[in-house]
Amino acid sequence: MLEKLNTSRIESAADLYDWDELVQEDRVHRLIYTDPAIFQAEMTNIFGAVWVYLGHESQIPKNDDYITVRLGLRPIILLRDSQGKIRALFNRCTHRGTTLCRKDKGSARIFTCPYHGWSYLNSGKLRAVPWPDGYACDFKDSKFNVAQVPRVDSYRGFIFATLNPEAPALLDYLGAITKPIDEWLDRQPKGKIAVCEANRLKYKGNWKLAYDNSGDGYHVVFSHRSLLEMENRQADVANKGMSYYKGSPDTAPMYMAYMGHGHHFKDKRPNIQKRAGGLWAVEGPAPGTEHYAEELRRRFGARAEAILDLASSEPVNINVFPNFSLLGNHIQVFEPVSVDETNVTWYGTAVVDEDGTLGGAVDEVNALRMRTQEQFPNFGEVDDLANFEEIQRGLACQEDEWVYMHRGLDIPGRVKTDENGIITAPATDEAFMREYIKEWKRLMKATPRLAIQREP
Amino acid sequence: MQPIHDPSTSSYYVNEQLYQELVASFTDWQRDDMAVDNLSERDQFRILVEKEARLLDQLRFDEWLAMYSPECIYWVPGTPEAGDPRREIAISFDDRRRMEDRIYRLRTGYAWSQAPKSRTVRMISNVETFSTGQSSVRMVRSNFLISEFRVDGTRFLSGWCGHRFVRTAHRWEIQVRQVNLIDCDQNLRNPSIVL
Repeated sequence: MLEKLNTSRIESAADLYDWDELVQEDRVHRLIYTDPAIFQAEMTNIFGAVWVYLGHESQIPKNDDYITVRLGLRPIILLRDSQGKIRALFNRCTHRGTTLCRKDKGSARIFTCPYHGWSYLNSGKLRAVPWPDGYACDFKDSKFNVAQVPRVDSYRGFIFATLNPEAPALLDYLGAITKPIDEWLDRQPKGKIAVCEANRLKYKGNWKLAYDNSGDGYHVVFSHRSLLEMENRQADVANKGMSYYKGSPDTAPMYMAYMGHGHHFKDKRPNIQKRAGGLWAVEGPAPGTEHYAEELRRRFGARAEAILDLASSEPVNINVFPNFSLLGNHIQVFEPVSVDETNVTWYGTAVVDEDGTLGGAVDEVNALRMRTQEQFPNFGEVDDLANFEEIQRGLACQEDEWVYMHRGLDIPGRVKTDENGIITAPATDEAFMREYIKEWKRLMKATPRLAIQREP
Repeated sequence: MQPIHDPSTSSYYVNEQLYQELVASFTDWQRDDMAVDNLSERDQFRILVEKEARLLDQLRFDEWLAMYSPECIYWVPGTPEAGDPRREIAISFDDRRRMEDRIYRLRTGYAWSQAPKSRTVRMISNVETFSTGQSSVRMVRSNFLISEFRVDGTRFLSGWCGHRFVRTAHRWEIQVRQVNLIDCDQNLRNPSIVL
């Protein structure tokens, strides 16, 4: 509920460019990746006006727990207050603008500004200022409470926030992409996961290069050739990891789908044998693979195969615009830093087995699952990020203006739209890119009225 | 002693016992009362750590791998306290097979993050040796500064290493190397060299 709204004064990005000229059906202009003014506008029109992922509830499990994150460039304290309510406070003292919290995570009922000692409850309410008799004002005025993001909501543990009072409800915003999210969660016992640290990477390139890539099936055998060769070097049958992209990936049963609001989904599960142990059979080697597989099979017999699947990488890319992906067992978060710098954080997830569904195997599963999750960031993602950096360098050629995303366009029967508006295409198509960038264009043309909120 | 299973082609030794011993042996080991003050012994380990740095700078990976025990661990924690690798993602946690995978990948010619390759020089200093209560095991702490040039500039990676050396019939081998970057919990640009 919006307790109090202040419409912020922002200039409109709508007049910045002729957006229809920059984003055409088959190509986009290099400026969308290189222009600082567009980046600045995105911080309002995208990383302000749409639901942006901030964190997972397992990172703030108890009342008073917090993590520090960002909403676009805004520093945020994401916390569970002393009453248990999840809030996203601007990490900014109302007095002079100083950040209130400088740690990555912790637990606090009160945040005290290190600069002049103003202190706030974790609800955002001003608690006390030093030597108040030096002020004539009434500190009960809500304008002195910490600003916070007015709309914070979770979907099954994933916390999103937006500054846009007119944005749809989170559930409506997610729409059809909730189905793959549900399926991703529901393969875990009780549908639960816990975040367990991360592989943290960054690259010198625009954030959209990562979002373009998140559904891209065309790059796999080229950008990840070293990984595919590596993980199959000792295999009897070269079927490990994403080997199904070799040969003719467009005739494989996998597909990509555009699911509205900029979200897209690459579903590679149809390539995998539908049996317990089907995923484990194509998982590349990891530290502990043989030990844990034999140990679990000895203890659990035929049931072990399904348990081993939990340590295997789920072959999906579930991409929620603009900054959140579920892929393998990771939660991947894109965080723009500047027009040509982006953080990409791959949060690991662990299985949580509170009621013993796994018969005591949860520790073994997680010991193995930590190692399988380290593989792609170490041996795959680094090569993509190098390629993103090289795109950013290439785009310095000002006179060569266009970047293409027309794979699959205008081929009759190739791209299909179902009765719910979900668009599907072969795995290497760029249809998802064309569709999400249309949504990006719509958002950039808009003039959202963002708002903050303070405790009354 | 040769292991029963070839650690280059299978991974049996990464098990609960290894993780337990690893976490225990990398906890509370830098103690003044355990520091070795015998200069020739300290020198012996300093020379090994310096040699390793040179082999990595020169991309002589086979000789680098040969400094390690058959069953070994290369561990780059993602948090300053290192954590428990059974329950936390590390930046890297390689057994021998994955160390060999790492080298194999770099040699394919298709590892774009290392094409062109980084040029590095490593400074190693402040090398301290600690005894462990086991005569065949030493722990060594050293500080490092890696200057890495690649494509558009030179950058610096710094931190400290914990080496766990074990004595065999002929030599001291590296059984575990823990590489602690000072910025391990921050977003890192192109972490694709062997640290």
